[in-house]
This record gives sequence, C-alpha cells and structure tokens, in this order.
Amino acid sequence: MSTGNMNLTLKVWRQKNNKTAGALVDYKLAEISPDMSFLEMFDVLNEQLINKGEEPVVFDHDCREGICGMCSMFINGRPHGPKDLVTTCQLHMRSFKDGDTIVVEPWRAAAFPVVKDLTVDRSAFDRVIAAGGFISVNTGNAQDANSLPIPKMQADAAFEAAACIGCGACVATCKNASAMLFVSAKISQLALLPQGQPERYRRVQSMVAQMDAEGFGNCTNTGACEAECPKGISLENIARMNRDFASAKFASEETV
Amino acid sequence: MSDINSNIPEGELTSKWTKFKSSVALVNPSNKRSIEVIIVGSGLAGASAAATLAEMGYKVKCFCFQDSPRRAHSIAAQGGINAAKNYQNDGDSTYRLFYDTIKGGDYRSREANVHRLAEVSTNIIDQCVAQGVPLAREYGGLLDNRSFGGTQVQRTFYAAGQTGQQLLLGAYSALERQIGMGKVEMYTRHEMLEIVKIDGKARGIIARNLITGEIERHFGHAVVLGTGGYGNVFYLSTNAMGSNVTAAWKAHKQGAYFANPCYTQIHPTCIPVSGDHQSKLTLMSESLRNDGRIWVPKKKDDNRKASEIPEDERDYYLERRYPAFGNLVPRDVASRAAKERCDAGYGVGASKLAVYLDFKANTERYGKIEASKAGIHNPDKETCMRLGTAVVKEKYGNLFDMYAQITGENPYETPMRIYPAVHYTMGGLWVDYNLMTSVPGLYCTGEANFSDHGANRLGASALMQGLADGYFVLPYTIGAYLSKEISVKAIPTDHPAFVEAEERAKGILNTLINIKGTKTVDHFHKRLGHIMWEKCGMSRSEKGLREAIEDIRALRAEFWSNVRVPGTADELNTELEKAGRVADFIELGELMCIDALDRNESCGGHFREEYQTEEGEALRDDVNYAYVAAWEFKEGVNFELHKEELKFENIKVAQRSYK
Repeated sequence: MSTGNMNLTLKVWRQKNNKTAGALVDYKLAEISPDMSFLEMFDVLNEQLINKGEEPVVFDHDCREGICGMCSMFINGRPHGPKDLVTTCQLHMRSFKDGDTIVVEPWRAAAFPVVKDLTVDRSAFDRVIAAGGFISVNTGNAQDANSLPIPKMQADAAFEAAACIGCGACVATCKNASAMLFVSAKISQLALLPQGQPERYRRVQSMVAQMDAEGFGNCTNTGACEAECPKGISLENIARMNRDFASAKFASEETV
Repeated sequence: MSDINSNIPEGELTSKWTKFKSSVALVNPSNKRSIEVIIVGSGLAGASAAATLAEMGYKVKCFCFQDSPRRAHSIAAQGGINAAKNYQNDGDSTYRLFYDTIKGGDYRSREANVHRLAEVSTNIIDQCVAQGVPLAREYGGLLDNRSFGGTQVQRTFYAAGQTGQQLLLGAYSALERQIGMGKVEMYTRHEMLEIVKIDGKARGIIARNLITGEIERHFGHAVVLGTGGYGNVFYLSTNAMGSNVTAAWKAHKQGAYFANPCYTQIHPTCIPVSGDHQSKLTLMSESLRNDGRIWVPKKKDDNRKASEIPEDERDYYLERRYPAFGNLVPRDVASRAAKERCDAGYGVGASKLAVYLDFKANTERYGKIEASKAGIHNPDKETCMRLGTAVVKEKYGNLFDMYAQITGENPYETPMRIYPAVHYTMGGLWVDYNLMTSVPGLYCTGEANFSDHGANRLGASALMQGLADGYFVLPYTIGAYLSKEISVKAIPTDHPAFVEAEERAKGILNTLINIKGTKTVDHFHKRLGHIMWEKCGMSRSEKGLREAIEDIRALRAEFWSNVRVPGTADELNTELEKAGRVADFIELGELMCIDALDRNESCGGHFREEYQTEEGEALRDDVNYAYVAAWEFKEGVNFELHKEELKFENIKVAQRSYK
C-alpha cells in the first residue's frame, strides 16, 4: 500500500530568494500512491532531491489537516488544486491520474512577494487584522457569557464568516489580487455579533484603508475568490463590507 | 521526599488563588512601561499571555516560527473547551471539574494548580465571548454544551469541530490589536535557539530569523515559553509538522527541569496509518464519541464489510467493559482497549490495526426526534436516516468531510475506521505554582509545561489550560517576580552571556551543515519515531525501555556523524530547521524512556506491562510513585532525578474506575 503506481511529471517554480528571478523546473516522480496527500508527494520529491545532493523545494505547510492556512500552492492554475473546498494539504493523489503533468507555482500577488520557491510573504494579512480586526476588550473586562443571548441564526452566520483560515487563496486566484473576501469575512464576523457593534464603522474604515495600503486590488465581482475558497466563505461578506463601508463614510459620525 | 519547592500558597484549597491574587506584589504602571517580557510561541498560551501582558502595560516581544501567529497548532483543536459554568444545570461545579481533572489525570497532578484551573475556567468563556468568538448556541440564544470523556456532566463549549481555531483567532485578534498599537513587537518566522542566563536568571533569548538565517539577540526581564508539546518525537502524531521541543529543550539544557516526560497521551480516535509515506496523523474529535459507538467483530479475523456484520456479532467492547461511562471513558482507557482488541486479532480494515466508530444508531435516533418534531408518526428507517444525517452533518460536518477526503470513504454510509495515535504530551518543563521553571525569570505555559493534567489529560482541557495560563494565571504570577526587577535596566545584548549563547547556537548550526552525511533528517526522525512508538508508546516494559535507550543512543551517534543538511545557514533552509529539532527530539526520546523506566507503576498514559490489575487496568503505586519526576540535565547527555511529592489533602486517592 505504501508505494503506488502513478508516474507524474511536475513543473515546479524554483526561486532562490526575492532578489533573483525564478523559473519552472521539471521533475519526474514514479511509484506515487493515490493514498498520499499532495504534500506527501512533495516530501517524496524532496527526499529524492536531497539524496541526489540538490536543494529541496521550500513550501509552506504546518498542520496538514486543512485548518492552519499555511499551505499555499497554485496547482494547475488553481489555488489548492483541482478540488473544491479543500486545502493543498488535504488534496490527495487520487485526484490525479497516472501520467499527469502537474504545474505548481506560488501565490502570485504584489502584496504577497515570493520568499523562496513556493513560499510567499502573507504578513499583509496580519497588518490588516492589526488595523481593526478585533473587539477592543481587555482581559478581565468580560461579563457572564450568557448575559448576552445571540440568536442562533446570527451566531451561525458569524461562525461561517469566521471559518476563514487566512490562506490567501482568494487573493491568489483574483485577477486583481483583491483581498476583499478575506477582509470582509473578518468584518462580517464581528458586524454580525452584538459585541462587534461599538467599533463596527470604525473597524471597516481602518481595515479597508490598510488593505489598500498593502497594495491589494479592488473587487470587480468576478467571484473567483468564493469559488476557490477552501472554506466556502461567501461573496455576501463582500457585499456586507461594502454596505458598512458606505454607511461609515456617508452616515457615521466617526470617520477614520 | 520533595527536594524542590513548588511554592504553593498556604491556606484552604478553595481560597489559595483568591488570596494569592489579592496579596501578590504589583508593578506600578510607570514601571511596567520599562519592563520587557519575551514570549516564545503564539498559540493559545503564548498569544493570550502576550496580549494580556501588553494590555497591562508591559513591553512585549512575541516570537513564532510560522509565518503568522494565527497558524500556531492550537488552531487544530477540534472538540471543545471545558468550563464549570453549570449552564446545563446538571450538577457541575468548580469542585467537580477539579475532581474530574485530578481523577482523569490518575492522581498524578497538583491539587492547588488544578483547583485554580477549575476556578478560572469560567472567566475564559466570558472573555472569549466578549472577543466575538462564535461559540455554538441554542435557539434561545444561549451557549450550547456537549459531553466529553471522563465526565458525567455537559461542560464542554464548542464551535462546531473548529473550537481551537475560533479560540486561537480570538487570542490572535487580541494580540494583533496590541501589535497595531505598538505594544507588542511580533517576530514571525523566528525560531528560538537559546536561552540567555545572566547571574542565574533568564534574561533573553537567541533567535534565528528563518528567512535570512540571521542570528538575533533579544533581551527580556523575563522569558515565557508557550511553545507547545513534543508529540512529534514519535514522528507520526496529530501535531503540526513544525511542532517541536527545541525551545523547551534548550531551556532544559540551561537548567530548567523537565517533568514527567514519559506521560504521553495516545488519542483513541484517529484516522489509521495508510502507508510508509504518511507524514502525520489526523484526529477525529473526541466529541464524536458522544454519538458514535465503538465496536469490533466478535469473530477473529472477520473480513466481512461492516455493513454485512449483524448486530449480534458485534462487540461494543467499551460499553461491555465500562458500563457506567461506556464510549465516554477517558482517552488512555479507550486507547488501550482498542489496542487490546487489535492485538488479540479482532482489528478491522486492511492493516487490522483499526476499530469501527459507528454513527448509525445515533443517526437513526436523531432522525426519529426530527421526524416527531415534523409531525411524522411511525417514520420508516429511510426517513429517520435521512433526517438524522442532517443533524449529524450540522454537528460534525467538517470532521466527516475531512475523513472522506483522507480515506476516500463516506463515513455517512460506512463506519469510520479509527486507531489510537500520539496526540498530546502531559509532561513538559517543570513549573512551580507561579508557572516559573527552575530557572528564575523563565516561565512556561500551556502544553509546554507539565502542570495540570497529571498522567492523562481529559478531553477539552488543553484549550482550557492554555488560555487559563495566558489570560488569567501568568499575568498575575509573573508580577511576583517582576516587582523585584523594577530597578534592573535593560541589559545591552553585547553582554558576554549573549555572546556566549549566540556562539552555542551558531556552533550547532555549523556542525549540522558540515556533517555532510548520507541520510536525510526525515530518515533519522522516522527511525526515532519507530523506536518510541514500539517501546515507549501505548505500552512499555522494562526490557523494551532498556533496548530503546541503547537504540536511541546509537541513533544519536549516527545522526551526528551521518545526517545530510543541504544548503547554508545564511538563508531560508527548512532542512536545517528540521535537523536542529530532530537533534533535540533524539535527546528527549532518551529521557522519556529513562523516565518511563524509573516509574515502576502504570498510571494514565504511562502503561507498564509489568504493572496491571487482573482485568488489565493500570495499577498505580501510590506509596512509592506519588511524585512528579523532575529531571535535571547534566553534562554530556545525562539526567538527574528530583522528586516533588504530590500531596492529596482534599481528594481521596482511589483506583480509577469507569465501570
């Protein structure tokens, strides 16, 4: 069961660092098992490269169970590969066929510069959160959790927005490299909850301003982000963010 | 018997923490501004501490090896977080959570710490809800609870199967808020490689910038390690690929005692290994045991499909052996019972190293309830299954999807195949009541310390402990130390102690690069994992442990002469990172075996074959082993044992029974 019978050709983006140019390099792999995950297939490749005295392909990954958001490969023109609602680490080789050629590139966006090979710098996302993606409540300030009933529908909707793993697939797939799905998911989560109301309009302005400052593009309603999001984050969030942003600019007393 | 002081406050158990909090020395706001605290790790324990200390006014530096603090492995916790809220009116209380945790830990944890944990558990839920963490709710708008193993009340709060994610994103948002305000300096893609000690006190760290390879020196009046557990010593575990022991191990080598390293938790419900290529194991949340029934065929080597095995030919062995707790026995008990059945030849699946976790009965039961809500009387089986599946999907949808994705099987139609896997490590750096290690000024929080779970952690208690330590315990206890440090000015990092620590770190990196051997880092890691799993895993024996110690020493020698690390130390070099971590895992593995060999009893996750009851249950020896084993690192790779006696003044120590 450990070895399989798939033979593959990989075309992998290799780039030494952010100062040098990169290129696609071809690798042949044999005896790949359909039960392997896509990253385990890369482990096999790297083991072979090291044994040959070459440098392994550097790629981001950590939990390998689809929740940390660290893995980030652009596979055959799609972030996280051919399957819907799946991260690269949860993609298995049974989704490919013997003899396939697979092209693997890093996320491509000006705001996500390549660090090395398939690894990019997504710290822009952290800075957008730091600009306002929180509720300002210090430790120790909280009242009893059940003193604030929240309708289940509303809590569930907030949870669905909060399921975002911050992987950046939405940016990678967008022709404008827009981060609106990511940003609006956090804004929606907090805007849907009563705890998020006091800072609602301040938050949307600060986060959008930071998003623009990071160099992410605008939204032109293509919907690729929603289609490629491994967690199924909905475009409705972008609409909600736009409404809140407009309200904040035109109606709110507080401008940021 | 104790030769180390755990600094537990005097007084009644129930008033120790309150009294401590109201009498501990404080640091005034203007002094806090010039006191610097280093936090290594940004999971629940690290991020919550970093955010809270910054809110209090301290200058904080926080480090993580991932590209963002939001990726820490706390994010992967699925099932839930315990708190003694008694919202379900089922008789829960602080005392009951305390009692369950001590008993669940097989009477090998400290009463005072565990009681404090139970006390602050309720504050955690309040804090998280205030942050906007979307915990599951009922239609009335109030919070929902579910059951976890080892308890008979419903005290587990949850957010579908993503509780860890939601709690971590809460702590992360609090941390990012402080970063945005300039009160926390965040260092992502940085790995701590050394602790810096000056005059016996922890005064900083040496960290490597993983992108540039640059070695950096950072000063702190105190250093906090919230760096997680060491389950990856087994190579295959439910931990993230990057989870490692290096920060804790470097601290250990600088004088911090390592406590109870042999206590490892093997989680009963994980997706079984499918082949040699496997890089990690995936947990199926304990919450599934609420609604799943575990069974194997009554007949040995039964090769029929699950669906072809009639009801009366199935052995629901947990319900048979433990009628009172049934499928909700604690993890150590459930894991051993699964191993026992598989070893006896009743396992299922191609490898025969798996048991079934079957949702059919409960799906049908849910379906009946839904049918009756919809006014359908005497619904047929198909209707029940259809309606019930929708309920199960809402509760566990993401877990079922994950199972289907990994195995290629549909768990709504066939039972899941599960097998135990390494999940959590109860052992860790020894800390006193203040969460300070045996190095003054060096603290340890969350899974990285040893303190609250004894020999076995109950489900949904890891998130509770990580956040308790970071939000509510450390921010108070660290004041006891820092209040005496207010006159210490920031020490310049050209101090000889920084220079020397940096040399140590660089020396190791250069050695690893220059071995230029023939075997990859993973090759050694897999071999270490194999030794650990076979001889220091779910069951241990004197003979096996002695062999393991020899095997690991030989492996260590081979590693340091034949590992191949390509590239240089002055660039992003993931093989170099892994090599440093595996080098530390090899030393830790030896200590785990030494500790397991020292403990001539069975308790919780530590099961010595020589010490079991006639029914095959763990047999403790409270006369000789009611102690915390705190190991001191000695020159070479040697270890000296110190003992902290465990005193049970409020709970009657008994043999654990879940029958």
